[in-house]
Amino acid sequence: MVELWDVYIWPAAWIVIKILAIVVPLLVAVAYLTYAERKIIAMMHRRKGPNVVGPFGLLQPFADGLKLFLKETIIPTGANRGVFIIAPCLTFTLAMVAWAVIPFGEGMVLSDINVGLLYLMAISSLGVYGILMAGWASNSIYAFLGGLREAAQMVSYELAMGFIMVCVLLMAGSMNLTDIVMAQKDMWYVLPLFPLAVIFLICILAETARHPFDLPEGEAELVTGYNVEYSSMAFALFFLGEYANMIVMSGMLTTLFLGGWLPIMDVAPLNMIPGPVWFALKTSFVLFFFLWVRATFPRYRYDQVMRLGWKVFLPVTLAAVIIISGVLVATGNAPTIG
Amino acid sequence: MIVQALAFYLFAGIVLASGVMVISSKNPVHSVLFLILAFFNAAGLFVLLGAEFLAMLLVVVYVGAVAVLFLFVVMMLDINFVELRQGFLQYLPIGGLVGLILLIEVLAIVGAWHFAPEAAKAIQVAAPAVGSEITNTQALGLVLYTDYVYVFQAAGLILLVAMVGAIVLTHRRRPGVLSQRVPDQIARRAEESAKTVKVPTGGGI
Repeated sequence: MVELWDVYIWPAAWIVIKILAIVVPLLVAVAYLTYAERKIIAMMHRRKGPNVVGPFGLLQPFADGLKLFLKETIIPTGANRGVFIIAPCLTFTLAMVAWAVIPFGEGMVLSDINVGLLYLMAISSLGVYGILMAGWASNSIYAFLGGLREAAQMVSYELAMGFIMVCVLLMAGSMNLTDIVMAQKDMWYVLPLFPLAVIFLICILAETARHPFDLPEGEAELVTGYNVEYSSMAFALFFLGEYANMIVMSGMLTTLFLGGWLPIMDVAPLNMIPGPVWFALKTSFVLFFFLWVRATFPRYRYDQVMRLGWKVFLPVTLAAVIIISGVLVATGNAPTIG
Repeated sequence: MIVQALAFYLFAGIVLASGVMVISSKNPVHSVLFLILAFFNAAGLFVLLGAEFLAMLLVVVYVGAVAVLFLFVVMMLDINFVELRQGFLQYLPIGGLVGLILLIEVLAIVGAWHFAPEAAKAIQVAAPAVGSEITNTQALGLVLYTDYVYVFQAAGLILLVAMVGAIVLTHRRRPGVLSQRVPDQIARRAEESAKTVKVPTGGGI
């Protein structure tokens, strides 16, 4: 009986506690990301933004959440019920499970697997299903067009993202995200791989279907695209999933290029700040970029989105893989086995 | 070990159940979705085998790319369900034959495993033990680019030919279709595309 507790129940409970310790702050972060988005864009537009609910409007996200929670869930008669309900759950779940491999600090990671980079790649490539399923199951032409656009866009930009990840793993010599961060101890990869970091940033905008690549939502032509038939909590799950995805992608960029939890410089006052704080700060910086871009750029035309993905980013990143591996071998810095 | 066993039966059970659903569900989109579920759980089985690289690759390539295109095509097809069910009996003999051949092959493999265990060992030589110093990504790289380099190149060549074929078949220049040519746009100068005209008052051009 003691063995059962020690071997199975306590480790399982411990894992559940760790998962909660990641997911609960993440959900709060998602809530305040929506607040930050409205507030920052309001500042850029010289408006006030939400300022009524609570001091500085700080309770606005909870008011919004409560409102969505209390609304009626409407499922269209023509919809394919099962798929219609699974789609938002899938989107939300996938945005959560990606956090399993992202390290927040030295040893602070839920699952330290040695294919962490590929895991992230796999999870982000699954994200397309939630949207494609929602688009099809809604039985609405707007939703369907939005879903198809999103699917084509995500598949296109994933290739460039994959090649950039290959470049990073060539430099680090490991697919374990903790190893990748530790390999950036002397120099963050954003410096030697600066052009690739910029391309990665643009790719994650396209992957999360944010401005200026938010054609799947394109409210002027598709109403709001794939989620047009969703209401209440089902819509809230899509909404949370989208913002959680933005945070995942920013965390990924932070881990791959901005040195994860490492301080800017390893000197006295800076390295006393704990790793998770650095990680949060860097991720917030990337998230600010997402919002900044939204307030700055007009939407792309769809054929231009495709052209950028296939004819510009794909060849450039493919060349980068070859050039970087060539340089690494020529300078004797190529990773070795062991 | 009991956790691994439970996980194995869970994944294997879902793979089999969704495999059955792929061929039995009436809606082709549901079939593709069940196929995706089967792929995903097969990746889980790979993880249990200690082949995490293959598992992730299965998800990235099959679930993330190939199945998306399946779903894309199936969703856009306008399918007549009645016609589909009428054709079922017509294709039954061919389908049954293919199934039978596959079944015999699987039985042959299992039989070889059961009656000649040394044959099974020969397959396992390349795989490192779980928990050894070399990760299975490195182990795959070590054999793929050395012992099997020609096979690897041949596979790449086949994919290249397929890609060129697909492009040749679909990419034709149709008359009357406008497309954006970025170099032309950039090369354009103000002098050649606009001119200043003196317009007399009330005269027009």
